[in-house]
Amino acid sequence: MNRRSFVKAIALAASVAAIGAGSPAALAQQKTVKIGILHSLSGTMAISETVLKDVVLMAADEINAAGGVMGAKIEPVVVDPASNWPLFAEKARQLLTQDKVAVVFGCWTSVSRKSVLPVFEELNGLLFYPVQYEGEEISRNVFYTGAAPNQQAIPAVEYLMSKDGGSAKRWVLLGTDYVYPRTTNKILRAFLKSKGVAESDIMEDYTPFGHSDYQTIIARIKKFASEGKKTAVVSTINGDSNVPFYKELGNQGLKATDVPVVAFSVGEEELRGVDTKPLVGHLAAWNYFMSLKNPVNDAWKAKWAAYTKAKNLPNASKPLTNDPMEAAYIGVYMWKQAAEKAKSFDVAKVSAAMAGQTFKAPSGITSKMDEKNHHLHKAVFIGEVKADGQFNVVWKTPGPVKAQPWSPFIAGNDKKKDEPALMAVKK
Amino acid sequence: MRSLNERAAIAALFLFISGGALALDRAALQKLAAGDNDQKLEAIGVLVAEGDPAAAGMLARFAEGEIEIDGKRVEVVVNNRVRAAVDDALAAFKLLSPDSATRQAAAKALADGANAALFPLVNKALQAEQDPDIRALLEVAAAGMEMKSADKHVRLAAILRLGESSSPNSRTLLSEAAADADIDIRMAAQKSLRAVQYKLAWGERAGLLFAGVSLASILLLAALGLAITYGLMGVINMAHGELIMIGAYTTYVVQGFFRNSSYFDWYLLAAVPASFIVAGATGMILERGIIRWLYGRPLETLLATWGISLMLIQGVRTLFGAANVQVENPAFMSGGIQAFAGVVLPWSRIYIIAFAALVLFFMYLLLTKTRLGLFIRGVTQNREMASCVGVPTGRVDMWAFGLGSGIAGLAGCALSQLGNVGPELGQGYIVDSFMVVVFGGVGQLAGTVYAALVLGFTNKFLESVSGAVIAKIAVLVFIIFFIQRRPQGLFALKGRAVEG
Repeated sequence: MNRRSFVKAIALAASVAAIGAGSPAALAQQKTVKIGILHSLSGTMAISETVLKDVVLMAADEINAAGGVMGAKIEPVVVDPASNWPLFAEKARQLLTQDKVAVVFGCWTSVSRKSVLPVFEELNGLLFYPVQYEGEEISRNVFYTGAAPNQQAIPAVEYLMSKDGGSAKRWVLLGTDYVYPRTTNKILRAFLKSKGVAESDIMEDYTPFGHSDYQTIIARIKKFASEGKKTAVVSTINGDSNVPFYKELGNQGLKATDVPVVAFSVGEEELRGVDTKPLVGHLAAWNYFMSLKNPVNDAWKAKWAAYTKAKNLPNASKPLTNDPMEAAYIGVYMWKQAAEKAKSFDVAKVSAAMAGQTFKAPSGITSKMDEKNHHLHKAVFIGEVKADGQFNVVWKTPGPVKAQPWSPFIAGNDKKKDEPALMAVKK
Repeated sequence: MRSLNERAAIAALFLFISGGALALDRAALQKLAAGDNDQKLEAIGVLVAEGDPAAAGMLARFAEGEIEIDGKRVEVVVNNRVRAAVDDALAAFKLLSPDSATRQAAAKALADGANAALFPLVNKALQAEQDPDIRALLEVAAAGMEMKSADKHVRLAAILRLGESSSPNSRTLLSEAAADADIDIRMAAQKSLRAVQYKLAWGERAGLLFAGVSLASILLLAALGLAITYGLMGVINMAHGELIMIGAYTTYVVQGFFRNSSYFDWYLLAAVPASFIVAGATGMILERGIIRWLYGRPLETLLATWGISLMLIQGVRTLFGAANVQVENPAFMSGGIQAFAGVVLPWSRIYIIAFAALVLFFMYLLLTKTRLGLFIRGVTQNREMASCVGVPTGRVDMWAFGLGSGIAGLAGCALSQLGNVGPELGQGYIVDSFMVVVFGGVGQLAGTVYAALVLGFTNKFLESVSGAVIAKIAVLVFIIFFIQRRPQGLFALKGRAVEG
């Protein structure tokens, strides 16, 4: 143990002791608990992240209306990191040191998560990350409520390879140029190779954040698709670039029956305002769709509709729910349950209590936090876009799938442990 | 009623083929409603074989996700595989239509690749067809289906036929056959493949050319306003991008007024002048309020206008919220036109190219044929002399800046149809705009046009070779070297104006 971590451990132990000693009295007096919300409300990612802020606020309101967490009312602190990755780290530091929040719900892009990760590890904060991502990471300070590659990307590609998915033989891997698409495509490339797809049958292409001219890229896809066998496109385009991408796709008449596009970061919210009639049949892989029919989802959708109306949110006339919203919502409730189980808001104790937490999720399954690896067990759904912008579920896993944050398709991962390197509870 | 007889004849034919099944047989319907995808495909095959026209309507509803069985409506899940089969089947039914346009569309759909199970139907339609265009399409469709035939001569004939077509699907089929075990098939397929590829390559080149023109039109729209305010007046206007953004937001507001009216598709007609006026007025206020006090002090102008740009961004954020707003395309701007083999040109881009040309034309008229244009040119070339002969230079400055800003507003209106509209919209175009103006040569409108074209083509060409990220970098590097070698840009001003 070097000196720095020793000092940190002492400080932590002291604070734990302080909270521990005074806890019954402290809890009785403590009327509020602060939570941080760290989602971009402006910039290229605002299209996706704004609703996540709203759904966390809704969950907080619900919990407060039901008496709060152990009697303490949740007091949300909302900050706007503005799709600016270094600003994410600054805002995270502000939330943890100035506002002294018990937990932070936030981030969408992996680059923003990588930016805040050192801050959370240094200050021993707690982050709930609600979006599907590329894996290759387990931090004791983060709970990942979105999908790992084996809970989204791999099943989607397997589906497209199957007879029902169109028996695709050639692949276009298209993404925004940053860590999530690059890593996901690395995993997919290895996976495709393991299935016997030749190097010449894979085309990889990237665009910058906020790219808005997809003419040549779609022309290249068309050319690639006509050069041989059945082709499918895997899109990891993130943020508002998706709107011009899908508009161009529709305008150029690339039909899903010819070249299906499966997206990992496009849901109901991103397709709002896009004319989806020419896009019918293009796919998305998620762990939740708004169109799922089950009582929990019906109730949740009704709550969200009522909330958007009551708060007069933009788009209240057409409330939409999507997968990251569901993951964010599950995160808030699981944190509450864990705090209640731990009888404390202390990060180490809450983290320990998170193991094995369950929640009846709107996706229709009972979501369980894995005992060890900080990831949720999730069911996988593949949906096709319908003319009204909703998704038609065409394939699903029989039950929840355990996350593999260390993908077996990246060399060297077989030696990595399926749990955080340093467990949360310190002696 | 030739067509009715024809239909009856075909129905009779397929009654014979399918062993006398009854129209819309219940077993098939049940499979469509509750079977797995293999059974659904089988049922679609049966229904097509029966050839009952009633099946067409039923299949169209089935593709939408519902089916009526015993008077009850059942919801079904239709995925791409099933939908493709339904599309083929519907196209096959439409081949029997008396309307030649409908038949042509159906034949075209089938020529782009269709299920081989439809072969008897296509063949039948081919024999009855009179129209040579439709016949040609049907022959391609039939040839595509015969590619899997066991008979070598049939396959060879099909390969020859496909070689005359120019559909991307033919390339796919032929490249499979080009690796066939049989030497004759292989040779014939390779020959046909070369012919198809030659035709498709021209289509691809034309598509690339169009993409270049389209990007050039956008660059030109974004830069034209700056060509006036920076190029002619010498004001380094860092808020130019924000004037574009104001134009886009004006379009959004105008769209809101038309939201629930039946004239929604025509809101752009109102949005174009509105965005010109709003952005132009903003520009004139800026010029009168701030910029005119800073003439001749480029550094201060740069800082001041940059500050203004930040204020405008924050102002829009406060008014409309930080998230993007949605500007919907009118119906006539969605979709595209098939211009060449395998290349679809989107209407929205065609309209914007035309719009850019129109703006350019009006600007040219204004600058060369009107009194205001004369004054602007006069003030640009020699301010003192213009002032001496009685030109109100201050007011001309205001109008010129207003004109430049108004054109930026028009650019915003056009951009709202292609990309996203958010407070930071302008930030993405300010660099490009300056790049075009400086590259073209400051003070030269014609230079701006050529620069937009050169940069548009270069960018699109590099994108098609190396991808979007590298293309962007390469273009910037190219500009840096170019400006180093030739600081005055593509076209340099000559004569007295340079000293002025």
